[in-house]
Amino acid sequence: MSEMPLSKRPSADTPDLAVEFAGLRLKNPVMPASGTFGYGEEYSPYMDLNRLGAIVTKGLSLRPKAGNPTPRIAETKGGMLNAIGLQNVGMDAFVEQKLPFLKEVHTPVIVNFFGNSLEEYGQAAQRLSQIDGIDAVELNISCPNVKQGGIVFGTDPLAASEVVSLVRSHINKPLIVKLTPNVTDITVIARAVEEAGADVISCINTLTGMAVDIRRRRPRLANGTGGLSGPALRPLAVRMVYQVVQAVKLPVIGVGGIMSAEDALEFLIAGAHAVQVGTANFVDPSAMINIIDGLQRFCQEEGVASIKELIGTLRC
Amino acid sequence: MKNFKSTILSNQEVSPDYYRMKILAPGIANLAQPGQFVMFRSQTTDEPLLRRPFGIFQTGTLPSDCDGLPDKEFVEILYKVVGRGTSIMRELHEGDRVELLGPLGRGFELADDGGEQILVGGGIGLVPLYMLACELVKTNKVRLLIGGRSRKDVLMVTEFERLGVETYVSTDDGTLGEEGPVTQVLERKLNKYPEAAVYACGPMPMLEAVQRICQPRKATLQVSLEAFMACGVGACLGCVVKGVGHSEEQPHYLCTCKEGPVFYADDLDWELLEKRVNEEGYSHE
Repeated sequence: MSEMPLSKRPSADTPDLAVEFAGLRLKNPVMPASGTFGYGEEYSPYMDLNRLGAIVTKGLSLRPKAGNPTPRIAETKGGMLNAIGLQNVGMDAFVEQKLPFLKEVHTPVIVNFFGNSLEEYGQAAQRLSQIDGIDAVELNISCPNVKQGGIVFGTDPLAASEVVSLVRSHINKPLIVKLTPNVTDITVIARAVEEAGADVISCINTLTGMAVDIRRRRPRLANGTGGLSGPALRPLAVRMVYQVVQAVKLPVIGVGGIMSAEDALEFLIAGAHAVQVGTANFVDPSAMINIIDGLQRFCQEEGVASIKELIGTLRC
Repeated sequence: MKNFKSTILSNQEVSPDYYRMKILAPGIANLAQPGQFVMFRSQTTDEPLLRRPFGIFQTGTLPSDCDGLPDKEFVEILYKVVGRGTSIMRELHEGDRVELLGPLGRGFELADDGGEQILVGGGIGLVPLYMLACELVKTNKVRLLIGGRSRKDVLMVTEFERLGVETYVSTDDGTLGEEGPVTQVLERKLNKYPEAAVYACGPMPMLEAVQRICQPRKATLQVSLEAFMACGVGACLGCVVKGVGHSEEQPHYLCTCKEGPVFYADDLDWELLEKRVNEEGYSHE
């Protein structure tokens, strides 16, 4: 191995934020959570997308999906409820209208997708395997806001195993599986997903919640219930990420209420290889850039040459 | 479009529960078009979490504090205290830090053909009409029909009159101007000027009534909508409205934040909008 010139070596002055796992090489561990960043282009006026560790798209289905009636969102203390209902343009429109832009961005593109039935998951995976310009896929078996599909597959280890095996048979790119917190024991699902051939686990999706308009005595969301996200969720997410890291050998992407670099570091130290930022993007479009800068500063202050040194260093 | 932290220049009550806030906004002020909005959040508290959309009332420039500094570009928003977020806003003072993103959305398309221009504002819905009036008076005759529940809900009449806008006030309780809804004034005006361009902003039931009046006539109508939204940039899909031709199989949703907040009435599915009003009890407040 040739020696790196001294000036290029990562040191605490110029800490290296790059992480690698499951064949993915990310310049830093920060990426958006699916559904909070559109198809990337929406946020391009506000930030340099090239700085992100990866881009994760809004969840796609084979065919376009209308989504739920409004109101679809409601703010609650320290977070928000959403029941968008996976509104998306469908895979054909994605390839024609959204992907060309993403291909120009110098960061890996991760496509999040779902189906309404096992068969549709299979068809969607098949369609995805034919598309160039995608670096990894994230399988959504955890959306709490649609009647069919989504969470049905994420709360039962057998169903989870079945859908992951099927998708795995079509996909030869890194396969990330996103898990729901709406279960008694997330490690049971995590193990099932690992055995079925997942490469990476991302967790957690939103936690099902409800808010009531007390004057009208009706739910504040048209859907009745919705997924809770935001800082109120974070301690729960850190706990679940930690449990999953202990339970499986797969790399884990931590998600849940990350608003700052400090929040992201909790997940990394608990064992996550990367993090996804969701609600914070809505609050401030430059949130992920601030988090990346904050990680850099933290490593400098702590004398850490590479952020990899911090992953899974929790002392218990 | 800019995203930055800034400071409040002033925050004054203009009528009971209605406030006018000037915010330092270099870059935003000169870009803003009539009908656009900003996402706003105070930095003094953690609550609310999400920024809130506010229509831009006007933009302008104040002289700098001392020689050598640039003049102070500002945007001004008007708001009514209705809930927790706006109760926090009313307590803010000059110098308090805020976060601002904007200008956002698609504003009004302006006529410059010398034709009749009729602006219809209900309560706080008056906000985006002021910048519009500033532009329209340069080339057209402009009339403003302004309505509110009561005297205190009718704002900024003098400001519009100073521009040379002919104003007609109506209140539900008759405490100022004509008694009755603003739409009865609109009906009279449209009988006289059936081909007028109409611009409306206000509570949903008012907008529907305006649409019903304009639709059979030749009047072109642009409406500015309000909606819950998390991001303001077309990503969260929380603020969608149904466009003409929407169906479950062929969804045609429009983001209020990005494709709006100003829409041509003909582009919206009003039957579905009405349904939304009935089901949600949607109210401007």
